[in-house]
Amino acid sequence: MPALKAGSRLKSTVCTTEVIIVKAPAGEVEVTCGGAPMALGTETITERGEASADAKGGTALGKRYVNADETLEILCTKAGEGSLGADGALLALKEAKPLPASD
Amino acid sequence: MNVMMLLEMAAAGFGDRVGLGSKHGDGLTYEQMYERAGSAAAYFLGAGIERVSLVDVSSPALPLTLFGSAWAGKPFVPLNYRLTADELRHLAAEVAPTVTVCEDQAQPKLYDIAGVQPVLRDEFLATIASHPCAPPDWSMDPDDIAILLYTSGTTGAPKAAVLRHKHLVSYIFGSVEFMGADEDEATLISVPPYHIAGMAAILSSVYAGRRIVQLPAFDAGAWVQLAIHEGITHAMVVPTMLARIIDYMEQHGIENLPTLRAMSYGGGKMPLAVIEKALDLLPQCNFVNAYGLTETSSTVCILGPDDHRAARSSHDQAVRRRLTSVGKPLPSIELTVRDDEGKSVEPGARGEIWVRGEQVAGEYLGRGSLLNADGWFPTKDGGYLDDEGFLFLEGRMDDIIIRGGENISPGEIEDVLLLHGAVAEAAAVGLPSRQWGEAVGAVVVRAPGSSPTADELRDWVAQHLRSSRAPEVIVFRDELPYNDMGKLLRRVLKAELAELGDVEG
Repeated sequence: MPALKAGSRLKSTVCTTEVIIVKAPAGEVEVTCGGAPMALGTETITERGEASADAKGGTALGKRYVNADETLEILCTKAGEGSLGADGALLALKEAKPLPASD
Repeated sequence: MNVMMLLEMAAAGFGDRVGLGSKHGDGLTYEQMYERAGSAAAYFLGAGIERVSLVDVSSPALPLTLFGSAWAGKPFVPLNYRLTADELRHLAAEVAPTVTVCEDQAQPKLYDIAGVQPVLRDEFLATIASHPCAPPDWSMDPDDIAILLYTSGTTGAPKAAVLRHKHLVSYIFGSVEFMGADEDEATLISVPPYHIAGMAAILSSVYAGRRIVQLPAFDAGAWVQLAIHEGITHAMVVPTMLARIIDYMEQHGIENLPTLRAMSYGGGKMPLAVIEKALDLLPQCNFVNAYGLTETSSTVCILGPDDHRAARSSHDQAVRRRLTSVGKPLPSIELTVRDDEGKSVEPGARGEIWVRGEQVAGEYLGRGSLLNADGWFPTKDGGYLDDEGFLFLEGRMDDIIIRGGENISPGEIEDVLLLHGAVAEAAAVGLPSRQWGEAVGAVVVRAPGSSPTADELRDWVAQHLRSSRAPEVIVFRDELPYNDMGKLLRRVLKAELAELGDVEG
């Protein structure tokens, strides 16, 4: 997979989850959903695999997910049953720190 | 990326909420907005056009054509309905081939232009209410153009700022929380559709799940009555609107607008007296000062509610002054102030404001990108940062007066003039001068009941600033010229004063 950058779109190969990268670390990172590497947003998924048992927590629409050092931030644009992970660890739900409405 | 993602997520996440219109019936839910956008897209795709244009006041046609164009993959071009027939025809021809959704009064102006298909707004809205929906296969190319915004063009030919899907979507993802609004929240949009703030308000409200209520054309009385009738919780205004709203409330004995929780303002300099009065009159309301440009997809800096309260209640002069600042950059924005050579300056030093971030477009149609090699955009706005990083604006760089090789910001002279009790409004501009290159001119509106002389005000400025800042020419006027967004038309004053002839001395 080419290096991720902000704005890259990925889709799950095991469920309906789709995401967009908000912040990406320098260098390579493998993003997974349901334990399986995610495909690029432009790809067509012909056959869906199974989510692994330890990555079935699900994704929630509009929520943000981060890795431990918050160098990777992902926004869920379509919800699904798999859990997001990167480089072997599950991502955590990022707590919302909303800005005041400005327009 | 495509701004349609925002509406698609809203429809999927809270599709049965009312997203557009009145809470007393006939509003559209997010699901309905999504369907209408799809019908609008099918309509546009069937019309054989390259762009979608709109000549209208703020109406339901605005969000539906905005999203419908994005769905159809056609740039959306909102045009200023106040333009003359000639100006409008010229722009419409430039945008052709196009469907132009327009209000009744604009339609005759758009008659018989090659490639322009005018359609009345009400007809268009009725058509898309029953038109079949386009398949949901919009382009996700982040570099596609979402909006072309023609600048007001006070000088020269109008030019179109280019906003691509990636800029607008990044702005929303970077500054708005999905479904961050409570179910009872409603925002009152009263800025015109052809302004970036009007467009940004639609995108952020949809993504936050905040109902959009539109005021077709601003009037203080109508604004206040609509705010009460619709239980408005949020609003964005320009400084002149806020001043008129407060006057109206005082004149009509309206003590508060209790449902109003948050009000943002921007688009021009807010007089200190107006914001202080607003804070006192609406104590429960969170005020936000937002600074942004068309080229930056709206807001890049905000002065938040806590900053407002801290400044209002502080006895420290430096903290109080922050009420006149535009606050700090959004987390997704980098900002520096640079000198003429492009080097960042220390806090307190004046220079040009530069910004960088995913939402920064910095591009005009046919003129390429204005971003430098590192992605920084020079805003052409002058300003400085204080010790804690609060940004103070000082007007456009083009407006800086260069007198005898010394750079003088009009803002510093105006600020001092406004401290004088007999001055209601003030504007400083450069005048041609054989001796100095430029001399300092000031146009002053006297406060009601006072009659300061030019000499008195000149001495006042000289007491507070260096003598080079004391205006060589001071003229008095009944009012200053502003555009409909409350922005001072400095160039108009400059031209007027230049006609007085060369300034000796």
